[in-house]
Amino acid sequence: MTATDAGPLRRGLSGEATQFAARIAAALAVCIVLSLLSDAFLTTSNLLNVLRQTALLFLMASGLTLVILTAGLDLSVGANIGLSACLAAVAIKSTGSPWLGVAVGVGCGSLIGLLNGLLVTALRVPAFIATYGMMWLILGATYSYMGGETVHGFPPAFRQFGSGYFLGIPIPIYMMILFLLLGTLFAQRTVWGQQIYAIGANPVAARLSGIPVQRRLVLVYVVSGAMAGLASLILLARVNSAEADIGEHFTLPAIAAVVIGGTSLFGGSGTIVGTLAGALILTLVVNGMNLLQIKASWQPLVTGVIILLAVWFDIRARRSGE
Amino acid sequence: MTAAASMILRVPGVAIALVLLVAIFGVANPNFATLSNAQNILIQSTILLLLALPMTLIVMTEGLDLSMGAVLTLASIALAMTVVATGSSTLALAAALAVGLGFGVLNGCLVALLDIPPFIATLGTLGIAQGLSLVVTDGQSVVGIPRGLQQVYGGTFGGVPIPILIGIVAFAVFYLTLYRTRFGSYIFALGGNREALKLAGVADRAMLIATYVVGGTMAGFAALLMTARMNSAHPTAGIGLEFDAIAAVAVGGTSFERGNGWLTGTLLGVLVVGVLRNGLNLMAVPSSAQVAGIGALVIAALLVDGLRSRA
Repeated sequence: MTATDAGPLRRGLSGEATQFAARIAAALAVCIVLSLLSDAFLTTSNLLNVLRQTALLFLMASGLTLVILTAGLDLSVGANIGLSACLAAVAIKSTGSPWLGVAVGVGCGSLIGLLNGLLVTALRVPAFIATYGMMWLILGATYSYMGGETVHGFPPAFRQFGSGYFLGIPIPIYMMILFLLLGTLFAQRTVWGQQIYAIGANPVAARLSGIPVQRRLVLVYVVSGAMAGLASLILLARVNSAEADIGEHFTLPAIAAVVIGGTSLFGGSGTIVGTLAGALILTLVVNGMNLLQIKASWQPLVTGVIILLAVWFDIRARRSGE
Repeated sequence: MTAAASMILRVPGVAIALVLLVAIFGVANPNFATLSNAQNILIQSTILLLLALPMTLIVMTEGLDLSMGAVLTLASIALAMTVVATGSSTLALAAALAVGLGFGVLNGCLVALLDIPPFIATLGTLGIAQGLSLVVTDGQSVVGIPRGLQQVYGGTFGGVPIPILIGIVAFAVFYLTLYRTRFGSYIFALGGNREALKLAGVADRAMLIATYVVGGTMAGFAALLMTARMNSAHPTAGIGLEFDAIAAVAVGGTSFERGNGWLTGTLLGVLVVGVLRNGLNLMAVPSSAQVAGIGALVIAALLVDGLRSRA
């Protein structure tokens, strides 16, 4: 049997082990360079900080990974984080209940995801344009709702989500590990997860083999929205204040984490753990820029270049594989 | 179906939307339906038109340019810095056009040569252009634009405001290019029938690059009007302009996946967005709510397009 005879899934999985190793090697290389350049890098507090930032980015990007596995895209992630965080902030401020805030944040995120999923399946237009319209709709709604106000100062119980520690390790890191396990189990070991890979690899074949394509597509957008809502809570608990623009700058890094992690924009191949590696690499680069006192205004530029390089490598790899 | 009903069905949705909006704002606000406000709408819509025309061509190739607003911003900064440093408006315009052209070439090469999906390629270059704008200005405005340059937006020629003249010329040039030249017919083929184009021996990749180059260069040119209008250049001035342009194209009935475009529809779409923004401004609706409204408009337009393709 030649390589091309193997199903897209098997070929993907065997390649993914080496892909993942390459990403860990890249992360290590960045670490070595940074530890040589800056004394502040190899300190416990900085490394924990890197991991905490990685956790936040990973949570945002993990649901998005499922969307991209179906060859879709969710450009509304950043806007979703903004609205979810603002609504949750207002809910917590007005009732004092952290759990109501969690419910509002995750609920708002899921609802936006549901709308995205319904749009993508109903419109039959590319996902990027449907979620792009949604992104601006949500941004406008958030700015109107907040009217330039800032909501800040949350109860300590809520702030634990973002800045608390358990056994000396920041709580977001535990959540990262939890959702890494859940996400990987879902994608690799459940029928629904395998159907999501199949839809991305070949939507027509997936439909003909009886997979309910529309319903699975709605599902991945809901998961992406829910994870954005969850991440918005951790962000909110960490920065302890909410403004309308709180989530705006996260869309580009979230997409970058997914594509650096080796998930193909063309669908059907990629892993959740890859996205974790992608989030780690991007966070290390940003951390390094901070330590070397490079201005924050360089970050969108560097993220843009990294996205383009990662996609280009993916396309080259796919071509040489054909 | 009666003859009247079938006639109404044949009137494009964008024209109906435009008439409805004008009627609603005309009734709601006495200051809307005046000659001077109509002229205002046309002047204010010119920058959008300059972006929406090339965006139509790009969408027709089943592409997208998310970087236009950011490229316009960077070009505006280049223009302002050059004119402040040298005093030469010609040199300044050349700098703006060079920035636009450069990003157009970059976008085109990423899409056509490296086969990166357009929305992700231009999202990456959006980040690059936005980052460069912040880096070179350090987040500050560039001020000190000479009065002569401001005349490009505020002045008149033969009694007609200069932006309106620029808009008319730009529409005529794009119309003739798309419907009367070989390049125009290649653009139709790039969206619907790229294989045929390739088989006919046309350099399809070069044509695709050219489409993005037109987009970038127009963004550079629009930066001239933008800078003259704002009387300064600011690193966040053009953020989101590409969305208004994409909205105008979507509302105008150009399809995002079937490669058929309609330039007159885009012109009407620009007017719909322009009338909507102007009318909501007169009613003191904040700009953020306007953005939400335009987002809803895009989704409505996509829904109509989706329903039509099924019918």
